[in-house]
Amino acid sequence: MVQISVGPDPPLRARVTQTLRRKCGCRLPDFGMAAAGARWNHVWIGTETGILKGVNLQRKQAANFTAAGQPRREEAVSTLCWGAGGETQILVGCADWTVRHFSTEEGRFQGQRHCPGGEGTFRGLAQVDGTLITCVDSGILRVWGDNDKETSSGPLLELRVGPGVCRMRQDPVHPHVVATGGKENALKVWDLQGSEEPVFRAKNVRNDWLDLRVPIWDQDIQFLPESQKLVTCTGYHQVRVYDPASPQRRPVLEATYGEYPLTAMTLTPGGNSVIVGNTHGQLAEIDLRQGRLLGCLKGLAGSVRGLQCHPSKPLLASCGLDRILRVHRIRNPRGLEHKVYLKSQLNCLLLSGRDNWEDEPQEPQDPSKVPLEDTEADELWASLEAAAKRKLPDLERTPGALQTRKRNKKRPGSTSP
Amino acid sequence: MEEAGDKSGGSRKKGLKRKAATEELQEAAVVEDGATESGVQPRKVAAFPPGFSTSEIKNKQRRHLMFTRWKQQQRKEKLAAKKKLKKEREALGDKAPPKPIPKTIDNQRVYDETTVDPNDEEVAYDEATDEFASYFNRQTSPKILITTSDRPHGRTVRLCEQLSTVIPNSHVYYRRGLALKKIIPQCIARDFTDLIVINEDRKTPNGLILSHLPSGPTAHFKMSSVRLRKEMKRRGKDPTEHIPEIILNNFTTRLGHSIGRMFASLFPHNPQFIGRQVATFHNQRDYIFFRFHRYIFKSEKKVGIQELGPRFTLKLRSLQKGTFDSKYGEYEWVHKPREMDTSRRKFHL
Repeated sequence: MVQISVGPDPPLRARVTQTLRRKCGCRLPDFGMAAAGARWNHVWIGTETGILKGVNLQRKQAANFTAAGQPRREEAVSTLCWGAGGETQILVGCADWTVRHFSTEEGRFQGQRHCPGGEGTFRGLAQVDGTLITCVDSGILRVWGDNDKETSSGPLLELRVGPGVCRMRQDPVHPHVVATGGKENALKVWDLQGSEEPVFRAKNVRNDWLDLRVPIWDQDIQFLPESQKLVTCTGYHQVRVYDPASPQRRPVLEATYGEYPLTAMTLTPGGNSVIVGNTHGQLAEIDLRQGRLLGCLKGLAGSVRGLQCHPSKPLLASCGLDRILRVHRIRNPRGLEHKVYLKSQLNCLLLSGRDNWEDEPQEPQDPSKVPLEDTEADELWASLEAAAKRKLPDLERTPGALQTRKRNKKRPGSTSP
Repeated sequence: MEEAGDKSGGSRKKGLKRKAATEELQEAAVVEDGATESGVQPRKVAAFPPGFSTSEIKNKQRRHLMFTRWKQQQRKEKLAAKKKLKKEREALGDKAPPKPIPKTIDNQRVYDETTVDPNDEEVAYDEATDEFASYFNRQTSPKILITTSDRPHGRTVRLCEQLSTVIPNSHVYYRRGLALKKIIPQCIARDFTDLIVINEDRKTPNGLILSHLPSGPTAHFKMSSVRLRKEMKRRGKDPTEHIPEIILNNFTTRLGHSIGRMFASLFPHNPQFIGRQVATFHNQRDYIFFRFHRYIFKSEKKVGIQELGPRFTLKLRSLQKGTFDSKYGEYEWVHKPREMDTSRRKFHL
C-alpha cells in the first residue's frame, strides 16, 4: 500500500513523533494510522494513475490507497460510487473493466470483480439490492449479480443504450431507475425492473434559427429531488431540464453558460440550482427556476472532472485535470475553503454526506502502541517543546511535509528531464 | 503670504535652503523657528503650520523647488547613512554581520505547493507513464512539422526556416489554409511526433502552438521578442547539422515539468558534442527564453559562447490535454489573468 501524506503539515506532535520514530528506528506500521482513519476521510477521489485518495479536511491529510500497492495507469479510476450499507464501502470502476470494492472502515481493497462487455471505460456505476449496474462507453448497460460465482455465468440483465454514452446516473429515490445520455445519444430513462424499452426518451430541440439540427452531447445528468425532473448539462454549454411527467419530450427549460463544454454538474442543497463546471475550469451556479446565472466560483485552472455538493452544508468539492482538490463554500460567503494538491490528474470524487465533520471522536489507540510513543516522545518532548514553539510561526507559513521545508531553503536550480 | 516671504525669486534659494528645509522637517517647532528666523533675517521667513506638506503648495514652480530641496536632503542623509554603515563594517572587520541579501521578486517567490520533489514516487510514476514516455524510453525519435498560420509574411517564413535548422529532423510546410484538425491525422499517419504552428499577426510572429502528436498535450504560447539571425549582434556562423544539447532551466512545478518535457521531446536523444551547439530554454518568472549558442572551452573553467540562431520569448497560455482542439478539448491548465496574476510574487511554471 502506497502511503504518502500530502497537503499541509500534520500537527506538530505527530511530526515530532514521526521524526522520533525514524531516528529511533521503530518500525511502527504507518499505514495502520491512515487505514484506521480512513473512515473519517471527507472526500474520496479517483485518479488517472489508479490511486484512490482519501482526504481528511479536518486533519488536512491525504492518503493513497491502491489495490496492488503500486499505481498502475491501466487501473485508472473512471467512476466511483458508494457501496451497500451507508458510506462504508466504495465501488471503484477502473479502466480495465474491473470494479473493486474498497472498505472505508478497514482502509483497504477487499475484492474485485471483472465486468467485461463493450468497449470504452465505465461511464456509470450504481448499486441496488446487492446487484451492480455498469454502463460502458459503447452503450452496453449490464446488471451483475452479487456473488462472484455468478460472474462466470454473465450478467443478469443487458441493455443496449446506444453508442457514445457519457454518463449513466441512478435515481437516488428509485434505485431501479437509471438515466443515460451521451454524444449524439439523447437522454433516456430506463426502469430496470420494467421492460427493455426506455421509460422516457427525450426529443431534440427544434432546429435553430438557420434551420440546422442542433447537435446533442449530454455530458452529465442529475435527478431532481421531489419530482420526476432531470437536469442535463451538454458539451455545447447548455443546461436543460426535462420533465417526464409533462406531455412534451423536449426540454422544459434551457440555459446556457460560457463557450466551452460543460463536463460536470451537481445539485445544490436547496434543490433549486445546479453548479456546472466546464473544460476551462469555470464553475457556475445556475438557478433552475428561471434559468439564470446566480454566480461563479473561481480557482480552478483545468478542466473540471468531478463535482459534488454536500447534501446539507453549503460546501462543494471539485476536482479536475489541474491535480488539485478544492472545497468551496457556496453561500455566505461564496469562496474557497480548502485546497489540496494531489499530484495526479483527478477523475472523479465522492464527498461524504455525513454531518459531523467537526466533531470527530478520538480513535482508541492500541495499548501496545501508546506506551511506546509516550515514553520516547515525552522524554524528548520537553526539550523540543521550546524549540518547536519558536519555530511554529515559521512552519505554519510553509505548507507541506517536513521534506518540503528543507526544499524551501534551496534556490530553484535547473532540472533535467 | 508665507511662501512669498520664504522664497525670493530664486536668488536667495541656497541661503534659505537649509533653514527652509529644517522648517519643513520640524513642523512641531515651526512657530519658534519662524520667530527666531524672523528675528535673525531681515526678510520674514514662512512659518509652516503643523501638518503642512509641500503637495499643498498650489504654485507649481515653488512646489517643485520645495520638492527638489527635500529630495537633495534625503539623498544626503542616505549617503551619510551608507558611509556610516561602511565605516562600522570596516571597523568590525571579520566580526561584521553578513551583508543582507537584497530582496528580489525571484527571492520572494511564493512557495508553490505543486513544486516537484525529486524523491516523489507518485509524480515519478506519473511522468514515467505520461504521453512522453515513448520518447523518454527511446522508443520513438522526434520528427517535427513546422508550419505557420495562413498566408505568412517574410519574418515568419524566415523564422520557420531558421527554426528548422535549429531543430533536427524538422520539416517546414506551407499552410495552405488547411484546418489543423485535418492536418493532424495526416501527420500521425506519416509518423510525425510533434507539430509546431507559428501564429502570425500583422506581419510578425506572435504565437506558438506546440502539439505532441499521437495523443499528446498541446501547449499554446505567446511569442515575443523574436530576433532573426541577421538582427543579432556578434553572432557566429550558421548552425551546422550536428544535434545540439539541450538546457532546461528552472522548470520546478508540476506544470513546469510537463512543459519542460515537451520541449525536451523536440530534440533527439543523442547530442553530438562535436558540434558544440546548445539550445537553452530558460524559465524565469513564467517567461521562457529560447537561445541557441555555440560554445568553446578555452580552458577547464572558461567558456566562450557565440549566439547563433533565432531567439524568442514564450509565455504559456494554456496546456490542453489531447491534440489541438481549442473548442472542445479539455484543458489541463489555462492562464486566467484576473485570478492568477494578482500577486507579483506568484509564478506557475
